[in-house]
Amino acid sequence: MSGSPEKFVVEPERYEFSAGPVHHFELLRRDFFKLLGAGIAVFTMTKDAGAMQETAPARGFHPEELPKEINAWLHIGEDGGVTAFTGKVEIGQNIRTSLAQTVADELRVPFESVRMVTADTALTPFDFGTVGSRSMPTMSPQLRRVAASARDLLVGVAAKEWNVPPEGLKAADAKVTDPASGRSISYAELARGKTLAQNLPAEDPVTPPTEWTVAGKSVPKVNGRAFVTGRHQYTPDLRPAGLLYGKVLRPPSFNATLTSYDDTATKAMPGVVVVRDGDFVGAAAPTEREAQKALDAIHAQWKEVPQISSREIFSYLKKNAVATSEDRFRKQSGSMEEGLTQAAHRLDTTHTISFIAHAPLEARAAVAEWADGKLTVWTGTQRPFAVRDELAIVFHIPESSVRVIVPDMGSAYGGKHTSDAALEAARLARAAGRPVRVFWTREEEFTWAYFRPAGVIEIKSGIASDGKLTAWEFHNYNSGMSAIETPYVVPNRHIEFHPVPFNMRQGSYRGLAATANVFARETHMDALARAAQIDPLEFRLKNISEPRLRAVFEAGAKSFGWPRKKTQEGQGFGLGGGTEKGGYVATFAEVAVDRASGAVRVIRVASAYECGAIVNPDGLRNQAIGAIIQGMGGALFEAIEFENGRITNPHFASYRVPRFRDVPEIEAVLIDRKDIPSAGAGETPMLGIAPSIGNAIFDATGVRLNGLPLAPNGVKT
Amino acid sequence: MPIELEVNGKRYPVHYDPDTPLLYVLRDELGLTGTKYGCGEGQCGACTVLIGGAPRRSCQIPVSAAAGKPITTIEGLEKEGQLHPVQQAFLDAGAFQCAYCTPGIIMSSVGLLQVNANPSSADIVQFLQGNICRCGTHPRIVEAIHQAAKAMQGKGR
Repeated sequence: MSGSPEKFVVEPERYEFSAGPVHHFELLRRDFFKLLGAGIAVFTMTKDAGAMQETAPARGFHPEELPKEINAWLHIGEDGGVTAFTGKVEIGQNIRTSLAQTVADELRVPFESVRMVTADTALTPFDFGTVGSRSMPTMSPQLRRVAASARDLLVGVAAKEWNVPPEGLKAADAKVTDPASGRSISYAELARGKTLAQNLPAEDPVTPPTEWTVAGKSVPKVNGRAFVTGRHQYTPDLRPAGLLYGKVLRPPSFNATLTSYDDTATKAMPGVVVVRDGDFVGAAAPTEREAQKALDAIHAQWKEVPQISSREIFSYLKKNAVATSEDRFRKQSGSMEEGLTQAAHRLDTTHTISFIAHAPLEARAAVAEWADGKLTVWTGTQRPFAVRDELAIVFHIPESSVRVIVPDMGSAYGGKHTSDAALEAARLARAAGRPVRVFWTREEEFTWAYFRPAGVIEIKSGIASDGKLTAWEFHNYNSGMSAIETPYVVPNRHIEFHPVPFNMRQGSYRGLAATANVFARETHMDALARAAQIDPLEFRLKNISEPRLRAVFEAGAKSFGWPRKKTQEGQGFGLGGGTEKGGYVATFAEVAVDRASGAVRVIRVASAYECGAIVNPDGLRNQAIGAIIQGMGGALFEAIEFENGRITNPHFASYRVPRFRDVPEIEAVLIDRKDIPSAGAGETPMLGIAPSIGNAIFDATGVRLNGLPLAPNGVKT
Repeated sequence: MPIELEVNGKRYPVHYDPDTPLLYVLRDELGLTGTKYGCGEGQCGACTVLIGGAPRRSCQIPVSAAAGKPITTIEGLEKEGQLHPVQQAFLDAGAFQCAYCTPGIIMSSVGLLQVNANPSSADIVQFLQGNICRCGTHPRIVEAIHQAAKAMQGKGR
């Protein structure tokens, strides 16, 4: 828990991070503005250089907003209510609840008294983004330190009032008690009429997981009632006075450029605002339908360029990989040649990974409002500060004139790292002089967002007669580096990522390339085990030295009942697992393949997951099971199809996602390691499901499926 | 003459075009934003409301076709501060993550329990096949509906 968090390294497959804003608008001068007035902050924190690595942006902090040392702050009100601030966003991963538990735990107050303010660039400290499962490993310790410091300060104030040394005093149940005299005073009383501030000591001891009281236990989602009653307002639900509905004219295909444009008919429509700025064309109107009609009345011609189709993508990626090899993309040890010479069995496999879409049910949306040259945007993004910075760049205004607020979101899954809808709404709002909402349609979401990168993975390996790996060569083309390293012991290895220049938008997706790399590796491992006639679980355990990985394979096997005997035709069992972002997962699946139709049904899944000390067991279970179900889509049937720069299946009718009937019986075994700092939990539980299903299909049919999705049209036997 | 809608027991004049899908009228004209846009194609169920007691996709129904029939949205389930048993069961079971699909799934579930007071898991799965949950909360949703069915038995609701 203590010490500096490691530096955050951006994985190469986060292509969208460096892509820049999608629109560039003409300069319009606006006044500089300070967003945040005086607050009633009681505590401000940190000079901890380690913690600052992730919180301080490359282009500098923004002193107009919050004092620059702050990376976490909280406020204790005169009523004892605690408000804690974080730049993290709530996307259904339940971070609002888990972080509130953390604060309550460390401050020694009831969970109910903590309110988290999230993702508001005017109020919350800078944050890189809610990405990469970083909220628990970095934000949680930061909030713990600020809460511990607040607690110390409260004890100090009480000591001063009572004129006793602080060492003997105890903080618990939202009050400070003096065991010697039996006196106690509530935090509320201590906060009354005061403004207190304190810098954080670099190494402030925080409560170890073994002594947690509020954290470590299941608590319900803090604002759950607002969601079941429909009262929670997601971005598209906001309706500020005077709101207009905006729509953007999309090109007919990717990379098309506007060659002719006539908006005469649109301009004649009452109440309609139309904007053309470079290749950006949009309209805003009092209703969404009127905005659409306005767009329909624009005559625009586009110059299109020929582009490759999804049918050709894998050969394209293989042929167009960057020729030069870079050290940061390569991991090597020993000699592949020697390793292969020592091998009793060798195997070469090629795996393909399709583009898939995040398809969050709340599509991209933003509401933008300008007032006195200052811009406020409510938007569903995982990176509010990055969106603020892009808005500032695109509109040529200081970052201090932009405020981005993120309402709890209809999820994201790594897909909402960019500023698109925010830029569009802000551009239209500036022209309209009124607030404008842009809310992408499902088709826009499927077409103009970015995709999980497609990839080709080639593996060459060898094992000795005792089942130990002797050689491992692994090449990933385009899909990315996450979990590219094998967690198995192998003396001779060559592992390499090969970037491919490609002009379709691609980027982060829950788990990044770990889903692809673990799928390929675990499919290959299964085939190796079969070749050597060793039980696939035994084969893995033979090659594992990491006890945490071994522990999840053993726990998953126990829950599943591995090895199982087949009792029915078409039945098969498989497993797959791995490690990424400080979490360890092993997933076991039972499938039934219908011989006649080839249809695959996943019958039962057991998955063991370990991510250090568990903060909210119920929330973690929800995330772990959710990741498995979502992962089943990419495993079995999801694939974005495209032709000449057009997505050909941009609808839920043609892009199949997991539905109720697809969901198997799922057991999630959660291993609580109180001796290990909490890792993030939203991504890694997804890694084992695709290989476990693929390996189970092989077990059922003898057909080895090496590509994702495995069986969009069933298995041909 | 504007169209008149009866939503959650209240009457509203509607000024939108009669062929506007009900969803847009509920959200943008009446401000009942608990009903969600998910796809606009009747594929995801996020916009589900009850029309005459039956679950319907409000993105597929012209507002003119909904006139004269009682419409219930997620906002209309809570009575005098008391959650509907289905809402309470979702809360108790923690049957949501991002919860964007939740209003639509709750409305579908209320519709199901009106025609089948004690559904099997298979009945629930069959009935909710048209509702998409992207976060993968399906097992808890099925569990919540069982809980709600139990709670509603004897309550006559």
